[in-house]
Amino acid sequence: MLQILRRMKRPDVFRALSALLFISLQVWLDLALPEIMSTITRLIITPGSSLREVWSCGARMLLFALGSGAASVAVGYLAARISSNFSYSLRGEVFSRVSEFGAREMKSFSTASLITRTTNDITQVQLLISMGLQVVVRAPIMAVWAILKIVGKSWQLSLVVAGAVLLMLCVILFLMRLVLPRFRIIQHQIDQVNRIARENLTGLRIVRAFNAEDYQMAKFDRASAALMKTQLYTSRRLAVLMPFIGLSMNVLSLAIYWTGALLINGIAPVSAEAVAARISLFSEVVVFFTYAMFVVLSFMMLVLIFMMLPRAQVSAGRILEVLSTSPEVREGSGAHPLEKGTLSFRHVSFRYPDALRDCLHDLTFEVRSGETVAFIGATGSGKTTLVSLAARLYDATGGKILLDGKDIRSYTFRQLSERIALVSQKAVLLSGSIRENLTFGNAAAPFTAQDCERALDISQSLGFVSSLQDGMDAHVAQGGANFSGGQRQRLSIARALARKPEILIFDDSFSALDYRTDAALRRRLEEEMKGTTRLIVAQRIGTIRHADRIVVLEEGRIAGIGTHDALMRECAVYREIALSQLSRAELEVG
Amino acid sequence: MQRRRQRIPEKPRDLKASLRSLLAYCRRNLGVLLFSLLLAAASALLNIVSPRLISRITDQITQGLASGIDMGAIAATGSLMIAINLSSAFFGFAQHALMAGFNQRLSRRLRGDISGKINRLRLSYFNFHEYGDVLSRVTNDVDTIAMSLSNSLASMVSSAAQFSGCILMMFLTCWPLACTSLLSVLLSLVLISRLVKVSQKHFVSRQVSLGSLNAFIEEMYAGHDLIRTSGAREQVRSRFDAYNEAVRGATFRSQFLSGLMQPMMAFAGNLGYVSVCVAGAFLAMRGQITFGVIAAFMIYVRQFQSPVQQIGQSMTNLQSAAAAAERVFQFLGEDEMEDDSGRPRRISRVRGEVIFRNVRFAYPDKPDRPVIRDFSARILPGQKVAIVGPTGAGKTTLVNLLMRFYELSGGEILIDGISIRDLSRAEIHDLFGMVLQDAWLFEGTVRENLVYNLPHADEAALREACRSCGLDGFISALPQGYDTVLDDNTAISAGQKQLMTIARAMLQNRPMMILDEATSSVDTRTEQLTLTAMDRLTRQRTSFVIAHRLSTIRNADLILVLREGDIVEQGTHEALMAKGGFYASLYNSQFEQAVSSGESPDAAKE
Repeated sequence: MLQILRRMKRPDVFRALSALLFISLQVWLDLALPEIMSTITRLIITPGSSLREVWSCGARMLLFALGSGAASVAVGYLAARISSNFSYSLRGEVFSRVSEFGAREMKSFSTASLITRTTNDITQVQLLISMGLQVVVRAPIMAVWAILKIVGKSWQLSLVVAGAVLLMLCVILFLMRLVLPRFRIIQHQIDQVNRIARENLTGLRIVRAFNAEDYQMAKFDRASAALMKTQLYTSRRLAVLMPFIGLSMNVLSLAIYWTGALLINGIAPVSAEAVAARISLFSEVVVFFTYAMFVVLSFMMLVLIFMMLPRAQVSAGRILEVLSTSPEVREGSGAHPLEKGTLSFRHVSFRYPDALRDCLHDLTFEVRSGETVAFIGATGSGKTTLVSLAARLYDATGGKILLDGKDIRSYTFRQLSERIALVSQKAVLLSGSIRENLTFGNAAAPFTAQDCERALDISQSLGFVSSLQDGMDAHVAQGGANFSGGQRQRLSIARALARKPEILIFDDSFSALDYRTDAALRRRLEEEMKGTTRLIVAQRIGTIRHADRIVVLEEGRIAGIGTHDALMRECAVYREIALSQLSRAELEVG
Repeated sequence: MQRRRQRIPEKPRDLKASLRSLLAYCRRNLGVLLFSLLLAAASALLNIVSPRLISRITDQITQGLASGIDMGAIAATGSLMIAINLSSAFFGFAQHALMAGFNQRLSRRLRGDISGKINRLRLSYFNFHEYGDVLSRVTNDVDTIAMSLSNSLASMVSSAAQFSGCILMMFLTCWPLACTSLLSVLLSLVLISRLVKVSQKHFVSRQVSLGSLNAFIEEMYAGHDLIRTSGAREQVRSRFDAYNEAVRGATFRSQFLSGLMQPMMAFAGNLGYVSVCVAGAFLAMRGQITFGVIAAFMIYVRQFQSPVQQIGQSMTNLQSAAAAAERVFQFLGEDEMEDDSGRPRRISRVRGEVIFRNVRFAYPDKPDRPVIRDFSARILPGQKVAIVGPTGAGKTTLVNLLMRFYELSGGEILIDGISIRDLSRAEIHDLFGMVLQDAWLFEGTVRENLVYNLPHADEAALREACRSCGLDGFISALPQGYDTVLDDNTAISAGQKQLMTIARAMLQNRPMMILDEATSSVDTRTEQLTLTAMDRLTRQRTSFVIAHRLSTIRNADLILVLREGDIVEQGTHEALMAKGGFYASLYNSQFEQAVSSGESPDAAKE
């Protein structure tokens, strides 16, 4: 918790300090109030005091009360400012840290958990800070101040109060020990609930087609019930807390008076002096009682924090976990490229974290400027991994990759994104307009309307986009849900084209297109993007047949490199793939 | 950047309406709620007595100052007080424990209902609503409701009990002073209600801005790779900052306003105290009341100041509960598909004849732009039907209509002569196995993923399905075989995922099949395997296949060629090729480059 508080910005630290001043002022005024009250009481009880005296005393009291109220408003203002600022900047930090993450960190945290960490967890911490400032700071000040007022009055009474406070602390600590570990479990269970709901949302059609609504519901309910059970456990334990504190408060006041009565009875009322001593002892007991209540009250306020602390602490831990994870793929400091549009793999191998063996082994090949290189191979042969390395979503675990003659790791992300555009297997569209999707991110040159139009045209999207009511400004739902699979893919291709990169990478991004569109698109690419280096991962021989070179992958190794014709002659793996798709006759025409 | 958000309500609906619907929602458990509220009231009333007993003890001490204190009397009062306090604490504990049960059951029910609602909404709902927003209701909003609703109700009830107890005692003691102190309370009530009204708006806007932020974060985290490769970090960051800023503003305002409550109440309490003193002194000097009465009133004023404060505090809590409830019930109140689960099963033995008769479909919000215009076809039992056509022609929509994911705008679809309108959706879904382009797997074991929703899956059938999909090698290589948990960390390719969904459909063994681009992310070597298996699967089953790779559907019994929502051609591959129409050109285009080998007219142009 303290660790996370250290991230507070300087102006907010000043705000916190001035809040401290206001709190002290408020405590001073609050503690002064009982004295004025007892003056008023005395005035009323003493016969012969004038109404004016009561008035002026009352006015003083109101003045103090007003002052205390004003101080409290100021504290509330500052606390609201600090906590909203703090959560604002913390959320910003977490978000930008996550945006620095590579694919690897995203996977190890999981998207759902990162979302909760960025939203819910931060809200928890914020709640604690806003309450904490008013209570954590105020309670000790009040306790110390009140103790100072009664200190040295009577050791017997002090003992009673100390005993009560000790007992309360013991009970609270015991409860915390029971409950604290469960809070971590609760966070985990919330993640589970979230995950299952999310899974249901993403698989909506399958869930319905399988009539699995009840199955899904039962699964959700299991997670939900587990969460309920843990929450019940903790909240039932905590249910003891408030009644216990109320009870201790009342018993304590009883104990103070009872002890007081015993003490008073210890002096026998034999003389007038003795009676006077008894009376002064009694008034001491009354004063003691008033301030003792303040002491206990401040402990009670601390308990409130204790109730919130565990959950916030777990949240803080989860936030810090994100902030302390540094991405494995680090941004380079910038490189001066020697060439343009070239890519070179030198003895590259790669292993996924926690995997037992490499999924790419010692790959070496060159991609020359303006060349089209295709990658083909069975499922799981490492095609997608290979292009992910080229786009630097991961870093190779062995060997190195040169982009334009320089190590790919020396470029800044900005330089990389200006040079390489990746069209991923799964078309990702963002909610917003089509135009916003096309001009997403930064490119070497600013996006122009012509660029967008041309990109739509090449990607065979101009037809359906212009038939939309709002054309390029038409709304795109999250994930592009209001477009068909093929349309999504074409739009994501258009997005890459609009960037006008040196190198285009298509990771199986024609799979949802029908042959006609696929062919038309490739023809236009050939015509319009001549100078652009292209890397194409594909399943269909037809898609890649005319690549300048084809790299055949099998189980992470290169099984052959060459043109279609050469591979047909020399590479058994390639021949097998080709024959499974096209009849011998169709192949022989070529 | 301007982004559309239909969700944001123009004006927040009122506090009362959402609270009323929340209470109506808890109707079933209202007994528990009422009982625990009763306990809260009892505990509070017993608590009122304590200070009176304390003042009795002080009286007993004062009386004995000159002579000697009657310790016996003090012991009697003290034990009475301890007894009362113990029972009050017990009631309090019982109330908290009951309330915790009520709370957690309520949240579980809310979560369950939201989750169930997801499956009853029309599919098109999600074209315009973001997942993150729904998810934030499942966790954040439900949490807020559970945390604030019952606790604030309990403290309101106990405060109210304490409050009315005090008032009663006050009026019994001296009515002019009672009126004086009530006036000060009235003042604070007016202040509270004003404040509540103002801050309610800000509470709603806080929840709304949090929802938008959530949705944005969800989308950005899901599209993480895209952001990296597009170099969009700064751009995304600045958009995030805008959302974050909105949350900051709304949080600050709602928090500050609710923070005002406490000092206002405290001041009103002090004002009441002073006015009682002044008015009391005035009355006492005129000899109308004794000093004892004033002393008692000082205690009363203190005692009923705190419930008023607590009511204020509970009002703020209730507000956040209401704002969250508003969002949850808004979601729960969305239009659903009609419930047809009660319909009797009408097809006992499926023949598998499907007739499309003048089918028409347009999205409800765009009735003038039909996706399917006029589609008619008759599919005989056991036929393998391929639906082909350019993207956007309405192929998937057709399947969605057949499965009744969408409702027809016109015409009808008959299965074995019965209109699907007369069948329950569950019955229709039971007739079809389905494999989709997006391979959907969830976190769970391989086995759970494969035998999805089959209570009695046969192990042999499972292995057989995996073997015929070529998955057995892959699965046995996994650390725990079929019991390996698939999660984000499992390295599994898109093709393997797809194969698993195919195996899943095989296991379901439904009388008819729908394969919507099922093989598009499987590489062709693997596809060969799959196709063989699927051929076995589709044999003697009416099946609908949507495929881009036309070579995979050459053996279909009937090919329906779709173009812009209309059937333009239908027939077998041979017949359509012979006809030389749209299909033939579509078919040839896939080999265009392969066949022409750089000598096509297009290539010559370059």
